[in-house]
Amino acid sequence: MSTKYIGQPISRVDGRAKVTGQAKYAGEYNVPNLAYGVIVSSAIAKGRITNIDSTKALSLNGVLQVFTHKNAPRTAERDENYWDEVAPPGSPFRPLQNDKVMFSGQPVALVVAESFELAMYAASLVQVEYKIEQHVTDLDQVRNEAYVPRPREGIDPPAKPRGNPESALAGAPVKIEVEYSAPVEHHNPMEPYATTVLWEGDSKLIVYDKTQGSVNNHDYVCNVSGLSSDQVRLLSPYVGGAFGSGLRPQYQLVLAVMAALGLKRSVRVTLRRQQMFTLGHRPRTIQNVALGAATDGKLQALIHQAIAETSQYEDYSEPVVNWSGELYQCDNVKLGHKVVHLDFCTPCDMRAPGAVWGLYAIESAMDELAYKLRMDPLELRLKNYTERDLNNNKPFSSKELRECYRQGAERFGWSKRNPEPRSMRDDGSLIGWGFATGAWDAMHFPASAKAVLSADGKLMVGSATADIGTGTYTIMTQIAAETLGLPIEDVTFKLGDSTLPKAPVEGGSFTAASVGTAVKQVCDKVRGKLFRVAQTLPKSPFANAKLEDITFADGHMMLTSDPGRSVSIQEAMRHGGLSSIEESADAAPDEAKRSQYTLHTHSAIFAEVKVDEDLGTIDVARVVSAIAGGRILNPKTARSQIMGGIVWGIGMALEEESVVDHKFGRFMNHNLAEYHVPVNADVHDIDVIFVEEHDSIVNPLGVKGLGEIGIVGVAAAIGNAIFHATGVRVRDLPITLDKVLAGVAVPKREILAPAA
Amino acid sequence: MQAFQYKKANDVDGAIGAGSTAGLKFVAGGTTLIDLMKLNVERPTMVMDINSLPLTKIEKTADGGLRIGAMVRNSDLAHDLTVQKGYPVLSQALLSGASPQLRNMASTGGNLLQRTRCYYFRDTAYPCNKRNPGSGCSAIDGYNRIHAVLGTSEHCIATHPSDMAVAMVALEASVQVKGSNGERTVPLKDFYFVPGSTPNRENVLAPGELIMSVTLPRLADGTRSYYLKRRDRASYEFALASAAVVAQMQGRRFQRIRIALGGVGTKPWRSTEAETVLESHEASAQNFRKASEAALSGAKAMHDNAFKIELAKRTLVRALTVVTSAA
Ligand SMILES: Cc1cc2nc3c(=O)[nH]c(=O)nc-3n(C[C@H](O)[C@H](O)[C@H](O)COP(=O)(O)OP(=O)(O)OC[C@H]3O[C@@H](n4cnc5c(N)ncnc54)[C@H](O)[C@@H]3O)c2cc1C
Ligand code: SF4
Repeated sequence: MSTKYIGQPISRVDGRAKVTGQAKYAGEYNVPNLAYGVIVSSAIAKGRITNIDSTKALSLNGVLQVFTHKNAPRTAERDENYWDEVAPPGSPFRPLQNDKVMFSGQPVALVVAESFELAMYAASLVQVEYKIEQHVTDLDQVRNEAYVPRPREGIDPPAKPRGNPESALAGAPVKIEVEYSAPVEHHNPMEPYATTVLWEGDSKLIVYDKTQGSVNNHDYVCNVSGLSSDQVRLLSPYVGGAFGSGLRPQYQLVLAVMAALGLKRSVRVTLRRQQMFTLGHRPRTIQNVALGAATDGKLQALIHQAIAETSQYEDYSEPVVNWSGELYQCDNVKLGHKVVHLDFCTPCDMRAPGAVWGLYAIESAMDELAYKLRMDPLELRLKNYTERDLNNNKPFSSKELRECYRQGAERFGWSKRNPEPRSMRDDGSLIGWGFATGAWDAMHFPASAKAVLSADGKLMVGSATADIGTGTYTIMTQIAAETLGLPIEDVTFKLGDSTLPKAPVEGGSFTAASVGTAVKQVCDKVRGKLFRVAQTLPKSPFANAKLEDITFADGHMMLTSDPGRSVSIQEAMRHGGLSSIEESADAAPDEAKRSQYTLHTHSAIFAEVKVDEDLGTIDVARVVSAIAGGRILNPKTARSQIMGGIVWGIGMALEEESVVDHKFGRFMNHNLAEYHVPVNADVHDIDVIFVEEHDSIVNPLGVKGLGEIGIVGVAAAIGNAIFHATGVRVRDLPITLDKVLAGVAVPKREILAPAA
Repeated sequence: MQAFQYKKANDVDGAIGAGSTAGLKFVAGGTTLIDLMKLNVERPTMVMDINSLPLTKIEKTADGGLRIGAMVRNSDLAHDLTVQKGYPVLSQALLSGASPQLRNMASTGGNLLQRTRCYYFRDTAYPCNKRNPGSGCSAIDGYNRIHAVLGTSEHCIATHPSDMAVAMVALEASVQVKGSNGERTVPLKDFYFVPGSTPNRENVLAPGELIMSVTLPRLADGTRSYYLKRRDRASYEFALASAAVVAQMQGRRFQRIRIALGGVGTKPWRSTEAETVLESHEASAQNFRKASEAALSGAKAMHDNAFKIELAKRTLVRALTVVTSAA
């Protein structure tokens, strides 16, 4: 037996529960006397509700109540009560509190009935009348009204300009000025949002909710409904994907709580897939990039400006443009980010928010510049490589990006690339090789954990974080087991429960660092206690030792210098007369140290596409992604994260888009048949490389987080590959076949022979 | 979703007997009907389950054709050896549609009667002439990238989404239906209506009429066939354009050819224009292009779907190229 787990490809500790159906999700808790809520969604984008007629619905036997803005219990009045941990500045949406419609699909009524089917039927009978007002959902139509949003906590506004970007651009011998457009995307996790509220009497509630932050949503419920903290326990042990959509409380939560309190009953509210398109989304974003360079490729000017959407009631913004100024050595830089108000709900962080769009633009633009310079795109990146973050004038805590470039290029075979577009063919198809860089933050936030070691050597560690499919359960179990030298089967990690020690929402790739540090610290405390107990044993081998001299492994403590001299953990507890050891720890980042550096993960993505020019078919034949993400706690879960990101990146490049009918201000393709994400047949070879990166600054574990870096840059790499294959530059995601066909002129040449 | 009564039909006559009941819908695999009921688009008051009816056989007809029972599942039909060998275009079309799970449920009759994927049709927040006659067509001035370019009217431009039906049209299939007035056979090419001013009327079935089977005629020995589908991803996606080709060659010359297009028409689109260009002519790149021009000559593009015209032509050219180059 070895209890060395960190860095090992341990299979998910929750995997078995998930594949056998034992893992229960928020909408799966069945209790006696459960009532079912179905939400009626607004059919218009903007206006007032002039009348809601619920009589038909209420006349059905078994319909308990139809909540509307007329009769719904009032929730808190002040905006502050609705501000959750990640709320952007503004006045958050509060369902059923007034007659205003602010986006299409907004909940306008909640029907509660004795059965789900009945509630569905009754919901179809609720008649809503509106006074329609003119909405705007087309960003292009109002881009001139873009403004600088109020800053969002935790997100740096665009860096101040440096040098003289405009004049440097004007004077640059080689330049490009281009615009890129990216569509709205919806998170669409497999599990729809759901909340089951168990009524425990006396306004005490147990709330099973789908969320990335059980504490965040617990506090929100209390603040909004006026319940005290101990009246609500919020649990979210399993989450079927969220990708950021669960960072903020979704509206079914407050509606389910409202109904439970109003009816003094247990209530479940589940969203339908169509309603998943009425939640926050990745905002449509237009970006203008201008690059000027000397003929040797040295950047002389870099201007990157973004315009994105927000709602009418909150200033959502994300970090789109700063990456460009941090990634490259350039003395004349201007960065800008503005938003416009549209009549949609507020956008919401979605896997690598901001970076995904920003790096799509800058890395496509760098590719365009490379062709203009007649220079290898990779060489252009190296030419402008920077060891310092010039936005903030700080060194990087670590940056193995150069090594990502090198190892990725080697694995991919980049040196065999013919730089000429349309020069590579296989079986009648055009082949294209493209390349892009990715970057993301290595954040760290305060988090707490507790540990209980019982006399039988079983360890429970808990923290109110979440596992949205990322592998949190697994890596925390690994850290705890290795720290205390216990077999992994004897360690249980608990999360997703507001009564556990506080943790931030799971997002931003900061969970491994933040919660991992807390878990490490609390286990270190248990270590200390065990060691002190072991020292009191008669003839203790550790009598003259210090804690640093001891190794915890295989269920034992032993002298590192002489492992034969050991004490079993259970024996120590027995002798100490301890039925358990309980510890808790509050871990905080070392800001004094961290603030002197810029802390990032990096990646290099190489993609090969095969294009059948006649039919516009694009196949992403292979992707190599080399990641510098600090210490890798578990190469298996880590690889899964990166693969998932790459698959999503393929979708982002080629397929994904929430289409809007601007006349009605409404998303149209609101189901998983018409909202396209990659299917198995779209995904071919994916090769992930983890480049060694040691970082003692980022946090004591040296981990940087991997949840988002995998997706960043993928769309640019694929778009660049498509240009290399076809000579067609599509600057408007997704790159669907009609856009490629439009670029390739109607056949003036012989029809190509078909593939064999 | 509205409340409805559910009944199970034990025999064909029982199913047909209920036929005149207002608000009745048969349910086979349910992959179209139940979906649309949940969206409030279909609102039957009585759902008659026909899954137990003995319409599950694939059998040779007296004249060497093939009769396919209405309840034969799409996956069973696609993997049937006679179909794979004798009518590959049908097997290919079926396998290019939906997903394995859906094909396991989907029936032959239900597939013929699946409803359009027009976004506006599927969302009751929008006006739609097909769903709600007279309310207007949201697609014509709306987002119409997936809509039809052939057979449209100023009242509706929705495509018929079936792949299977496109192959069957090229195979000159006929449909056997049975109602309270007895049994009749309708050639599949006459089974569907173009929308005209009544897009809510999609086919010749009278209320309560049941599809019993689909019959494929015998093909001459050596007939080749092929189905090619173009779409926004490699699987689990409806056609932007597709082509079904059934060809009998004499050397390099087409002795007989049948062509149908999918994804571009308001019904599975048989193109006699393209057939005329090719029949008794040489298989050549030029003729293929000429045929595809003829097939799309009546096409009318809307704001977002002009690309489909060229895409359909190229898809047809490629299908013809493949079918004539097969060993
Ligand atoms: C996500 C998704 C993707 C899909 N992708 C594709 C695709 O790529 N290509 C494609 O071709 N199809 C696709 N389909 C459609 C699928 O092929 C059809 O839904 C299916 O074939 C319908 O068959 P069913 O037996 O389930 O029909 P049902 O839903 O049971 O019935 C459909 C209609 O036919 C009527 N009906 C059924 N049987 C009879 C009968 N014997 N007599 C009279 N009326 C009858 C019903 O009353 C109902 O109105 C897709 C469907 C989904 C949900
Ligand atoms: S195209 Fe046909 S189905 Fe679509 S909205 Fe218009 S009328 Fe309705």
